[in-house]
Amino acid sequence: MTHTEVTLAGVTLKNPVMTASGTFGSGMEYGEFVDLSALGAVVTKGVADRPWPGNPTPRIVETASGMMNAIGLQNPGIDVFTSRDLPFLQKYDTKIIVNVCGHSTEEYLNVVDRLAEEKVDMLEINISCPNVKEGGIAFGTNPGSIEKITSEVKKHAKQPVIMKLSPNVTDIKECAKAAESGGADVISLINTLTGMKIDIERRTFALANRTGGLSGPAIKPVALRMVYEAAHAVRIPVIGMGGIACASDAIEFLMAGASAVSVGTANFHNPYASVEIANGIREFLESHGISDIHDIIGCVE
Amino acid sequence: MIKELATVLSQESIAAGIYSLVLKVSFAEDVIPGQFVSLYSKDASRLLPRPISICESSAEEGTIRLVYRIAGAGTSEFSKLIAGEKIEVLGPLGNGFPVKEYAESRVLLVGGGIGIPPLLSCARKLTEKTFAVGYRSETYLLADLESEATVHVATEDGSLGTPGNVLDAIKADGVKADVIFSCGPKPMLRALKAYAAEVGIPCYVSMEERMACGIGACLACVCKTTGIDGHSHVHNTRICKDGPVFLAEEVDLT
Repeated sequence: MTHTEVTLAGVTLKNPVMTASGTFGSGMEYGEFVDLSALGAVVTKGVADRPWPGNPTPRIVETASGMMNAIGLQNPGIDVFTSRDLPFLQKYDTKIIVNVCGHSTEEYLNVVDRLAEEKVDMLEINISCPNVKEGGIAFGTNPGSIEKITSEVKKHAKQPVIMKLSPNVTDIKECAKAAESGGADVISLINTLTGMKIDIERRTFALANRTGGLSGPAIKPVALRMVYEAAHAVRIPVIGMGGIACASDAIEFLMAGASAVSVGTANFHNPYASVEIANGIREFLESHGISDIHDIIGCVE
Repeated sequence: MIKELATVLSQESIAAGIYSLVLKVSFAEDVIPGQFVSLYSKDASRLLPRPISICESSAEEGTIRLVYRIAGAGTSEFSKLIAGEKIEVLGPLGNGFPVKEYAESRVLLVGGGIGIPPLLSCARKLTEKTFAVGYRSETYLLADLESEATVHVATEDGSLGTPGNVLDAIKADGVKADVIFSCGPKPMLRALKAYAAEVGIPCYVSMEERMACGIGACLACVCKTTGIDGHSHVHNTRICKDGPVFLAEEVDLT
């Protein structure tokens, strides 16, 4: 018997694989390709207290072994989310983690309050989106503001709180510690790295937003280093992500100290990626005679 | 909708930078004219699929034909595929044109450049149809179109048909219809929308935008809508999932 279960803030996931916010909608579209019940958790696209239109197009551009996006958190808002998307997800035997976004502390708290009575397993607070002008990353690049927003959210939240951190900072360890001292139950990282691409024929930015968030295999070494540093800086569990495209990528993050992993951009290249990675981790454990996934979590000191 | 490894049956260049690729797939019988597929590069450093419209499909042969233009490294890679090779394909994607609803109507099929290919599959499902197509200079697919219906041609350099754009050809030839199905560059769609409103007929437009997932999850490929969209309840609808075909009055083409 191989044990792949991991427990984050009292919530037990059947395996450590979840989806990265913004790459998987609320599961409905990818549910046509994979059995959502085979995932440890589904992390939804960011939900705000009202519908957000997002940024102008073009919103994405491919880069070497990666892509940049500047979607700008287009979402239908909490009303549609709780009446349409949440009931869909609740039909599956997986944990539900709702990613929460806002322009201000008040807007984050509006969503957190609305989710208090809903059947949701955890909240992930997006303080690291690089593509919105107010809120998002503005909260996530300064340890003082990270601690403050974390403690505000914790006062209202009825579910365990994951703070999603930005890599666009000088010292990720200080940000991780700030989330922990603000009362975060879990941290997740990394969100995308801010980047730019210029279309030399049109002599303008490839993205209408000028800058975008870089994701995909290109960022994996940076993400892994930051997850390792964060995991060694705090006592709370860490969810690792950034360029995970196959099971061996995911295992690297687990060995670096992540208790769980998220699969994001890989879904665009392979809609079956999330479940293939969950299965691949199990196969690795079995083929190496490892009976419990905890034997590899943080095994590389 | 399935992602599978398709076999290349044939590929040829039909004009400068324009290729015709025939694939053996499992989903040919499900294809609605105006739908598209996502093609995946074998080079993992190019990780996003390339959306390409379906030019023709044959349920009997289990094949689809894609006619596409080389736009970058990904499509350049596809253009080198030869018979017997394999390529990963996801499809069929999107909604397609309302060919059933207008099966008995006079349908004007309007295409500009690389927007012409999906109109060929539309023609196969319609009884009364006419093509109006615009090219910069060199033409392609003309013989295929002519085998289905009358074709009104415009070329920007005046080398064939009416000099100018496709709307010039429609006006010059006095083409009459009950409805327009169109695919092509945005300025063409904008002009057609205005023309259709002027003559009082419905106009369907097939939209294009940079895509990532191709299935409606990532919200990269949106277009502005005149009303509230059904997914996000804003004014941005998903081209890959809710389109690519929209009634012209539903989308903001400015």
